[in-house]
Order: sequence, then structure tokens, then C-alpha cells
Amino acid sequence: MVRYLVPLGIFGLLIVAFLFGLQHDPRKIPSVLIDKPVPAFSLAELSEPDVMITEQGLPSRPFLLNVWASWCTACLQEHPLLVSLSEQTGITIYGLNYKDEREAALQWLERYGNPYEKSLFDHEGKTGIELGVYGVPETFIIDGNGIIRHKHIGPISGDSLRDTIMPILKQLKAEST
Amino acid sequence: MMNGIAMMTRLLTITLLMASFMASHAEDVPPDFSDPESRSRYYDMIEEIRCLVCQNQNLADSNAELAQDLRNVIREKIEAGQTDKEIVQFLTDRYGDFVLYRPPLRDNTLVLWAGPFVILLLALFLLIRTISKRNAANADARPLTEETRKRIEAILRDDDGGENS
Repeated sequence: MVRYLVPLGIFGLLIVAFLFGLQHDPRKIPSVLIDKPVPAFSLAELSEPDVMITEQGLPSRPFLLNVWASWCTACLQEHPLLVSLSEQTGITIYGLNYKDEREAALQWLERYGNPYEKSLFDHEGKTGIELGVYGVPETFIIDGNGIIRHKHIGPISGDSLRDTIMPILKQLKAEST
Repeated sequence: MMNGIAMMTRLLTITLLMASFMASHAEDVPPDFSDPESRSRYYDMIEEIRCLVCQNQNLADSNAELAQDLRNVIREKIEAGQTDKEIVQFLTDRYGDFVLYRPPLRDNTLVLWAGPFVILLLALFLLIRTISKRNAANADARPLTEETRKRIEAILRDDDGGENS
């Protein structure tokens, strides 16, 4: 009797493993930069090529750093959400314009709205590599001390905004006061 | 007819223009190492590093932009005289162990490394147990008595004769 239960048991274990595997998106690789400071960079502002911004010039309050590009269709998907987020909540959003052309990027912002307090122009994608960016859009939550606290890969949805990003921002705000 | 040819020419021009645009966009500096050692280090390394955009390809195989960028980073670092270890450290510091096709032995990769050997040992154990069980069962069996053997032979012979006739 027992010997017939063994294959059934193995089958059950496989089902559990498969269910676990299905929940897990292999495209989402946990960032190794969580709880680490923002890497050093020096990039020009998108709309003002003469203004250089370094990691020292980042806000001293919790903010979002959104990696985007005008060629990125998934960025367009999350963009209205970012626009309304900056308009309605006053949360600071910085953009990292990744491997883009300045003209195209500025036109894109004009057309779809600009939720970014500043956009850093990473034409070469070097800062993207420093940040471990491998697919745009990506969004980092950075605290007031310049420490990366969370990374969202892919377009932000209403659900992920409500369930993950807002609670983390709220917690960071509570920490800093 | 003229229209057709003009159309074809136009199409061809557009296609060529697009092709040249794509070629110029895929800006991949071909590695030009002066010494053969750097060259072989470069090619060994891009075989071992995963492209994170198309995860089942390594940097050598991938056409993704990020793969090109990372190939360039590796080339620059080799030219700058960095060791393989330093370059791998640079990449894992930013992208995690996942960029490596050979995951390092760590707490969270223990199952990955030890699992196959555990399963092999388990299979060996089961195999040895089954064999020894079978041997024990065989040891119980008594040899045929002379009488039984003769009876069996008679039956077999009989059967054989029956079929042939």
C-alpha cells in the first residue's frame, strides 16, 4: 500500500514546487543595491545640459528615482500614474533618462507630461549600469540619506503603487520625522 | 510599369536607410586587443556572464543593448588592467550573482550545488537496498530436487515434440 503512495507523494511535492514557481517571475531579479547608498554619478540635467547633478545633489527627503526613456513603450504605460502621483501627492520624483536622445526625451515629456522634478540625462547608460538597471522602466525608492530602499522592476501599476510603493514611502516619512 | 520600378526603388531605399540606421544604432566596438592573453580573457569572460535582458543567453550570444554595453565595460576594464576577479566583483556588486552562469557556493545556493549529489546518494542507497533484498530472497530458494528436475525436463520435451509434429 505504502509503495503506491510514494509516487502520489512525489507528485504532490511537484505540484507544490510548480505552484511556487508560477508565482515567481524569473525576470524580476532582486537588486543587490537595496540598503546601499546611491552610487556616485555626475550627469547633466535633461533640459539644462550645462547643469551637472551628482549624487550629492539628490533630495534630502524620501523620493522616487524613475528610470525611463522615450523609446520605452512600457514607460508610457506607467507614465500617467507618475504624473498624477506628483500632481496629487507632492511626492518628489527624479527621472533617469536612460540611453535616450535629448530632443526625443524632451518632446516625449512635453507630449505626455513631466512628473519629474529633475531628469538626469544618462545618454551612455553608465549610471544605469551603476544602478544595476537591466530593463526600463525601473523605479527606486531612495530615503533622505541617499540609501536605496526598494526597487520596482517594470511599469508601476495602480496595485503596486498602493500595496508596495506608498506604504514604503509612508514608512520612510515616519522614520525621518 | 515605370510606377512599379519607382516604387521598388523607393522601397529599397527605405529598407537600406533603415538597415544603416539600425547598424549605426547597434554601436558595438569590436574588441581589438594588442595581446592575445587579454583577448582570450575577454572571450572567456563574455561566455560566463549572463545577459539580464535575455536571460538564457550569455553576453557573447546576446544582441541586447545592455549586453553590448556590458561587453564594452568588460573590454575597457581588461584594457585598464583589472583582474578577472575585480571585473566579476564589479558586475555582481551591481547585478547580483545572477549575472554569473556558474553560481558561487553560498548559503542560498547550497541546495543547488548539493542537491544532485544528495539525490545520487539516495538513488544509490535505494539501489543497494533493492539488490540486497533480492539476494536475500534468492538465498531462501532451495535448489530443485533431482525428481522435480526430471519432471520439468519431461514436460518440456513433451511439449517440444507436440509442437514439431
